[in-house]
Amino acid sequence: MKIAMAGQPNCGKSTIFNSIAGYKAITSNFPGTTVKYTETRTHIFGYTCQCIDLPGTYSLTAGDAAEREARRHLLSGEVDVIINVVDASLLIRSLELTLQLLELEVPMVLCLNMIDEAQRKGIQIDVQKLSGLLGIPVIPTIATTGKGLKELFIEVLSLYEEKKKGKTLKFSKDIEETIKELESDLKSVWKEDNKVPLRFFSIKLLENDELFVNEIRHTPYSFDRLRLFQERLEQAHGVASDEVISSERHALAMNLFEHASTVIHPPKKDIRIAIDHWVMHKFFGYLILAAVFYGFFNFIFGIGGYIEKPLIGIFDQWIKTLEGYLGEGSLSFFLSKGVLQGITGGIAIVLPYLVPFLIGLSILEDIGYLPRVAFLMDVFMHRIGLHGKSIIPFILGYGCSVPAVMATRILEFPQHRFIVSILTTMIPCAARITIIFALVAFLISPNAALVIFALNLLVVAVSGKILTTLYPQANLGLILEIPAYQLPPLRNTLRKSWYRIQEFIVIAWPILIVGSALLALMEYGGIERYINWFTSPLTHLLGLPFSVGTTLIFGLLRKELSMIMLTQALGTSQVLTVMTKAQVMVFTVFVTFYIPCLATIAALCKEIGKKGALLTILFTLSVAIILAFATRVFFGIIL
Amino acid sequence: MPTTLDHINENRKAQVIDIQGGQGIRQRLSQMGIHPGDTITILRYGALRGPILIEIHGSQVALGRGIASRITVEETE
Repeated sequence: MKIAMAGQPNCGKSTIFNSIAGYKAITSNFPGTTVKYTETRTHIFGYTCQCIDLPGTYSLTAGDAAEREARRHLLSGEVDVIINVVDASLLIRSLELTLQLLELEVPMVLCLNMIDEAQRKGIQIDVQKLSGLLGIPVIPTIATTGKGLKELFIEVLSLYEEKKKGKTLKFSKDIEETIKELESDLKSVWKEDNKVPLRFFSIKLLENDELFVNEIRHTPYSFDRLRLFQERLEQAHGVASDEVISSERHALAMNLFEHASTVIHPPKKDIRIAIDHWVMHKFFGYLILAAVFYGFFNFIFGIGGYIEKPLIGIFDQWIKTLEGYLGEGSLSFFLSKGVLQGITGGIAIVLPYLVPFLIGLSILEDIGYLPRVAFLMDVFMHRIGLHGKSIIPFILGYGCSVPAVMATRILEFPQHRFIVSILTTMIPCAARITIIFALVAFLISPNAALVIFALNLLVVAVSGKILTTLYPQANLGLILEIPAYQLPPLRNTLRKSWYRIQEFIVIAWPILIVGSALLALMEYGGIERYINWFTSPLTHLLGLPFSVGTTLIFGLLRKELSMIMLTQALGTSQVLTVMTKAQVMVFTVFVTFYIPCLATIAALCKEIGKKGALLTILFTLSVAIILAFATRVFFGIIL
Repeated sequence: MPTTLDHINENRKAQVIDIQGGQGIRQRLSQMGIHPGDTITILRYGALRGPILIEIHGSQVALGRGIASRITVEETE
């Protein structure tokens, strides 16, 4: 049995999905968190179910890449039951999608999620009545607390047994007539094995939907003939045929809302509106934005720095003891030192910064702050030829470049996706942030780290301007839903953070340990000299120690490797004894900008193609060399 | 008197009369629940000609000025 969770963005599909799948799909409070479907196999009351969590889609007329993905699944004809999740507090708009899903004539259950939010807004929904009007079961739920979810899945199973479909609601008489006539006109080219119902197909053609219009181009049916039907609607209503249909659906949705719900009291005075008054304020909004990120920075550095120092000391002690036991220069010492340094790197250098960072990011995401940032930053993003929505991939980029590159799917235009994908790889991800904290903030000063972050933003902005000039695109402008703030259960936020930390522990850390051991062996065998020799033009140009070259190459696997192997390559964890502060700055600047890691390159290939990935590599490498060299020159002058 | 959405003051309501522009923009707006006949409340303007925050059918939507200038409206109160 295949169950699909469908609904508009940010209505809680992934939260419900996670309740049966365990934490598998990232949830946040901004539209477009899920850009790729997530799938799970699970057993519900003895049934084996394949459940898919689809990206949110406002309608079945796909706009961006994430919506196209959702639509592809829904139209595949393979879904047995649809769970249409709606935000009950936004019922009118949500019902427009519900009406379209009903046209697919697949067994469906309507999940009225966030029913508590609707009640707060003073909306009372008559569940029985709505169910009667739509001809499908309606279950009120609160996904974050799990309320109603059991009933929901019981209903899904009985629907699967009965194969009961809902009603397809009827439009105005003249439109229905046009649909009927088009249906019978299409019969000649209609194949019985088509995956969608004929009525749905006809409506989509009347809406002039690209996907379906292209489909009939492969048949003997002529577009001109279809055009006659579209024109009939246009003449009768005085607007384009797609607008005729969407207005009809809108009217139907309003009608349903009026029949099935009552506004029992005006929305309770909501403190969240007062909060937004300040958070989105013309002046204070920016002040708060700066304060939030400055506070965030200090939070990470405060915790990370506090933990890093004593831990490094302990591990250094261990290495010394080990040296005494195994003897300096022995193979076993080199090997165990490499492994130990890989472990140290994870515990003492990466995790102290990574954990508070990921928890902080999860909190910002779940509360719903990111769309507000998009609102505030829209005007600046316009200056570099983009718009506010692209700030979301950027902020996610501070976590990890891979989901950031994927998040560009929420952007409407291919050009924007292309440019933002390249730019997000230049945003320091958690791994690079760790490097900035552990090397620059910890060894030089927190302010120097702030300078790197500021420089980074400036460079990204200038690069954005250059790229949008090279690849111009008419900019439609921002259309973005700003969801209400949510106080998510702390459990969800922590589970999400853990999900991301796990990624480091399970995937990155073993690579770090193996990489570190490998480097130790290469050092023992004298091979690393050749690699260093190969990179020497670069290290020479940037005035870095000869032995740093290998770490830069290894950094392409995982960015953290550059740093962990730095201590390995230099032969001491007291970096400042062998490198000057200027060299540390140059190294960090270079590592912040140069070529994205392998996982990101793979994501780039998938999202913007091999050429795009290659362009990114060349672009980021040039930027890194120029900036690192400039840093060197700058320090050469002032010191 | 009909005007465009970007000419309505904060905390005012306006009724949508028409949406200028191609199928693309019309569809994006209709997905957000904005259709001719609907009433929009203007909540706030962003700084430096930034986006406009509106309320429509209980949800808040940010619209760039370019988009707002294509929505013909009539102020209602």
